[in-house]
Amino acid sequence: MLYFSKLKLVFIYSLIIILSFFSFSNFIKNDDTFLFSKKVNLGLDLQGGSYLLLEVDAGPAIKEKLQNKVISLRKVFKNKNIKFKKLKLENNLIQIKLLNSDTKLFYDFFHDKDNLINPYLNKYRSYEMDYSISEIGSESLITIKYSKFGLIEIKSSILEDSLEIVRKRVDEVGTKEPTILRRGNDRILIELPGLDDPNRIKNLLGKTANMSFKLVSDGENIFGSEMLTYDNSDDQLNVSKRVLVSGENLINAQPRLDNQTNEAIVSFTFDRIGAKKFAKATSSNVGKRLAIVLDNKVISAPVIQEPILGGNGQITGDFTFQSATDLALLLRSGALPAPLNIIEERTVGPDLGEDSIKAGAISLLIGFILVIFYMFFKYRLFGIIADLSLIVNLILLIGILTLIEATLTLPGIAGIILTVGMAVDANVLIFERIREEMKIEKVNIYAFDTGYKKAQSAILDANITTLISAVILFFLGSGPVKGFAVTLGIGILTTLFCAYFFARHLTSSYVMRNKEKNITL
Amino acid sequence: MNKPMKDIKFSNFYKKFNFLSLILIIFSILILLFKGLNLGVDFKGGTLIELRTENSSTNIAEIRQSFLKMNLGDVTVKKFGKENDYLIKIELIKNDDENFIKSIQENLSKDLGSTVNFRRVENVGPKVSNELMKAGLLAITLSLAAMLFYIWIRFEWQFSLGAIIALVHDVIITIGIFSFLSYEINLSIVAAILTIVGYSMNDTVVIYDRIRENLKKYSKISTIEISDLSINQTLSRTLITSITTLLALFSIFLFGGAILKGFSFAMIVGVIIGTYSSIFVATPVLNYMGVTQKTILKEEDKIENN
Repeated sequence: MLYFSKLKLVFIYSLIIILSFFSFSNFIKNDDTFLFSKKVNLGLDLQGGSYLLLEVDAGPAIKEKLQNKVISLRKVFKNKNIKFKKLKLENNLIQIKLLNSDTKLFYDFFHDKDNLINPYLNKYRSYEMDYSISEIGSESLITIKYSKFGLIEIKSSILEDSLEIVRKRVDEVGTKEPTILRRGNDRILIELPGLDDPNRIKNLLGKTANMSFKLVSDGENIFGSEMLTYDNSDDQLNVSKRVLVSGENLINAQPRLDNQTNEAIVSFTFDRIGAKKFAKATSSNVGKRLAIVLDNKVISAPVIQEPILGGNGQITGDFTFQSATDLALLLRSGALPAPLNIIEERTVGPDLGEDSIKAGAISLLIGFILVIFYMFFKYRLFGIIADLSLIVNLILLIGILTLIEATLTLPGIAGIILTVGMAVDANVLIFERIREEMKIEKVNIYAFDTGYKKAQSAILDANITTLISAVILFFLGSGPVKGFAVTLGIGILTTLFCAYFFARHLTSSYVMRNKEKNITL
Repeated sequence: MNKPMKDIKFSNFYKKFNFLSLILIIFSILILLFKGLNLGVDFKGGTLIELRTENSSTNIAEIRQSFLKMNLGDVTVKKFGKENDYLIKIELIKNDDENFIKSIQENLSKDLGSTVNFRRVENVGPKVSNELMKAGLLAITLSLAAMLFYIWIRFEWQFSLGAIIALVHDVIITIGIFSFLSYEINLSIVAAILTIVGYSMNDTVVIYDRIRENLKKYSKISTIEISDLSINQTLSRTLITSITTLLALFSIFLFGGAILKGFSFAMIVGVIIGTYSSIFVATPVLNYMGVTQKTILKEEDKIENN
């Protein structure tokens, strides 16, 4: 155990040198040259920032899709001349009553792989919809709902679309290096480092931003209209349900300051279809009020002074420049296919992050010094070897964290400090074993050799158990706790390396050189 | 025989300490049943706010008063870390209002007459807290199962049983102490418990490893004497490692800031109990199970015969 081949030594020390290089590159500031570009990432809890977990509420979108299917079914039945007694949507189930003789027609149509109402999903080898038929006398009741894979498909397409729009909105706010990730079937994870106040982003993401232009109805047509509240007050307005032009047709929106009134406004541009529709609507309704509705709230309802033919317009309202900017941003990014709910939020201010780094560094330093002195006190010369091994261990640990660009969190720092405390264990196990061996074996080299050999199985078993904990924690823990699992796990690997290669080499060199002398441990 | 430096008859104390452990476990279970755990927002849902007031004359009663006015249901306010730092826990869950946090901040600043700085906000919905709870319990169960399995592979099943009894002992008592002191259980405490499981296992394995070695070596000595011998031989290592680990943990506890207090406290308790249990719980179980030289040699025969 005390002999090292030259090749092995070259390997060990070059590994240490390479990793020390990565380790120290963290402390070289403002040098982004290729050599020093790798740095440990600081977690949100250390650099400050916001973590948001959003859940897509697919319910309304699914209901809308089912409603569309009812309309399409009605058309199909009409074309195929199938008489139905009942066709409606109840609790997200489409219910149809047919004569028993017509169910065959329905079946044939519904299982046609090219039909548009119940498409076949090749990916899942399943139809989009499931149905069941129960016969009651001469009639059959057919119940249709989304199949398991149909739901997965629709949810994931809603999620993909939502991701796109969330990305646009977050990017436009211009925070540095946001992370936006898909989580499972209906969730979006957003990390916004350095963001002190997530309120603006939360507000932007909380809005679906469905915009439409509708006429204000003056009490003449009660059926086709509804009462909507204003966005900025509790006043209500009677607005027609018919959409003249919708936000889908917008291609640009920008905040402006009105030249005359000096008020903040939002100017917008329609695409060709939108411009045409808008021109038509404004030409035939001069003198009436046009309501601009966002997510069922009235933004403003100006009187149409003259036909607007160019496809450009502006929205006035009680805007501050900030709110006009945000509205323009929402209109530019487009409407979300489904509402988003924030189901988890964690925000840490930058000053707390700084305090945490300081506290972490101080406790690491103090823990380190205490352990180093204790080891020296216990083992003297070999204590120094254990201490050197501990220092190298720490450098390697930070080096690997840098190399894999791991995220360092506050619990992660705790993991490093804990590693300092537990890392000496391997050397303690070895030294204690050697002490025992030296009592029966008078030749130092043999005592050291057997000591190392016999301590091996205990060291391996002891470290693997801790490694198991770390691995489980890594896969099941979330956020900052994951950072703890990473440092703890890598700490175990570097500890084993240091004890078995670095410290063993130092020990063996010392013992070889002092073969004849009396070594005390 | 290779005499260790110390020669303590640990086996003389097994009965007494086993009794003590049993009482501690029963006490922990009772207190868990009747008092329950103080679950943090991670596992219960709700909002946690760490705030700092700029006006140093603000007192805790004014903050409570302000929250009472906001009508947010159960709100706990307590000092946290430095002067002027407070930790607020709101049980009410409001997911539909994006301006919830902002309105609290505005109301507080108005009532206290100075700027209030929100240093940390954690808002966890019921669905997420439920999932985190399940993941936490799963992690602890899985790690216990993994340990059981690992020891079973490396040693005999009697060893694996002894180790797992010691681990469950450590986990129950640590959680019991948290319940007794009403300390908050959050994600980092789960991490601490998993680490305790790893650490306690680590300690037990070192002793078990030595017991196995000695059982093979000495056929004339009783298992009780072998376990005493093995504990004595490894005692110095057990103490040194516990001390260095505790040095590191106390350093986190005292200087690592308020957020790591609970975590390091759990670890300190766990390391002490884990060290105790590897000597006074895991080892006697081997004796009770009637482990002898035969237990180990039989297994080796099997391997050779194969």
